Amino acid sequence: MNKCTHSHTHGQTHELIIKNLEVAYRHNMVLEDINLHAYCGSSLALVGPNGAGKSTLLKAIAGLVKQRKGHITWSGEDNVQTRGGEFAYLPQHEEVNWDFPITVRGVVEMGRYSQLGPWKRFNKKDELAVERALALMEMDGELSNRQISELSGGQKQRAFIARAVAQEAHVLLLDEPFTGLDRDHTANLTRLLRKLAKENRLVIASHHDVNTLADIFDRVLLLNRRVVACGECQTTLSEDNLNLTFKNMANV
Amino acid sequence: MSELLEILDMPFFRRALVAAALIGFTNGFVSGFVLLRRSSLTLSALSHTMLPGIVIVVLITGSLTQAGAFMGALLASLFVGLGSIAITRHTRLPQSTALAIFFTTAFALGVLMLKYVHTSQDLEEWLFGSILSVSDADLKVFFAIACFTLLSATLFMRPLLLTLFEPNVAAVQGVGVRWMNYLLYALMIFALMASFQAVGPILSIGLLVVPGAIVSLFTNHTRWLFWGGGVVGCISAVLAVVISIPLNIPTGPAIVLVLGALFILAYFCSPNYSPFKRSPKPQQ
Repeated sequence: MNKCTHSHTHGQTHELIIKNLEVAYRHNMVLEDINLHAYCGSSLALVGPNGAGKSTLLKAIAGLVKQRKGHITWSGEDNVQTRGGEFAYLPQHEEVNWDFPITVRGVVEMGRYSQLGPWKRFNKKDELAVERALALMEMDGELSNRQISELSGGQKQRAFIARAVAQEAHVLLLDEPFTGLDRDHTANLTRLLRKLAKENRLVIASHHDVNTLADIFDRVLLLNRRVVACGECQTTLSEDNLNLTFKNMANV
Repeated sequence: MSELLEILDMPFFRRALVAAALIGFTNGFVSGFVLLRRSSLTLSALSHTMLPGIVIVVLITGSLTQAGAFMGALLASLFVGLGSIAITRHTRLPQSTALAIFFTTAFALGVLMLKYVHTSQDLEEWLFGSILSVSDADLKVFFAIACFTLLSATLFMRPLLLTLFEPNVAAVQGVGVRWMNYLLYALMIFALMASFQAVGPILSIGLLVVPGAIVSLFTNHTRWLFWGGGVVGCISAVLAVVISIPLNIPTGPAIVLVLGALFILAYFCSPNYSPFKRSPKPQQ
């Protein structure tokens, strides 16, 4: 497997290609005819109304939902199983068991499973990655030894983002990463996402605030079960496109 | 007193002690997983379902063997488990309701069919276990189950914990979530199988839930739940067997009573949750 070193000095990029993707839950079509090209070294926002299929699209890319039709390939590879660990995924808040007896540090250490597998020992390098991720999300020090059940909503979110960061994954799939963050931590996460893209990773995140989009992401995909528009934030976020995206299609 | 010493010398009593230690440890160890998986109620349903499964096998084959009992119990649990999932899918009933309907029906059927089973054991032994009548062959099975539990859980502890915490993130990180779930089911069913003999289908869930719950009142370390649960389960079961003889009470209920009493004691002594401490945290 050609693992990426994230340096890309020779200008080589990896690409995520989605072709004619279709996802349905029982009889409900959730995503139809999705086509997308995304490259590492950039960030992409998924924007759309409730029920537009943003979370489902992220899960489909992560290989977590069955697709009815279409292909998703990452640097030419079709098989989700073989890329183990190249993708990091941030679930939505309510999907996590917050009663689980584990500390913040324990959660972030779980991120290293991609490198360690079931049996390898935790070494200096893993320690460093965990420490760095905790510091980046300002969850180091006393906070890192707290039980996750004792955290506030925003802190929980930061702990999980730190886990994704510690994974040092090539592609980060984040479902509403800004949920629950206060002003300072929103600014902090904005910087982090920019930095991750600059490190030649690919960041794909669902996002609900159209006003802050252009400050955070390079590109935007307007989604309402189908792709309404996709491209640079400046040109894509036109009034017409937004109206098309947010008009009441999901209830038809 | 001399009576107790005499009994200690009896082979059946020694076998019962070894069985209690093995079953108590296995169930206590697995109880950590049950707690983290939040599946106590489902397991309670499955344990009740094992009764009709085993009875049917006895009716068909005419005798009670470990292998037969295991197959019967497994098939019955699968039938009820999958049945309740199917009902949930096609109706608006929540799965807990569907499960409750299925397992009480199956259990009632099992009790009814017991009438037609001609074995040396009576109804009470079927329902509440008979650890004093375990054979050497039974002990070997309990030992094998204990070894399998320890070995597989230790080998796969890391992916198991990732799966229990957040299966989607685990799957993306390359954990074989489906296999880990199968392993968890297997561990729970094996533990239930073992305690079926000791405490019977109705009380077995106690042995498979309480030890981990006791330990969780004292520690925040996930790994302690398993080893601590194993030790608590082992000691409680052995203790119950020892005191049940002079007091002349059935051992199955004695085991669960000891665990229940220990839990209440632990609750009052717990450093984090005791009602005597200031600003107690709500326990879920």
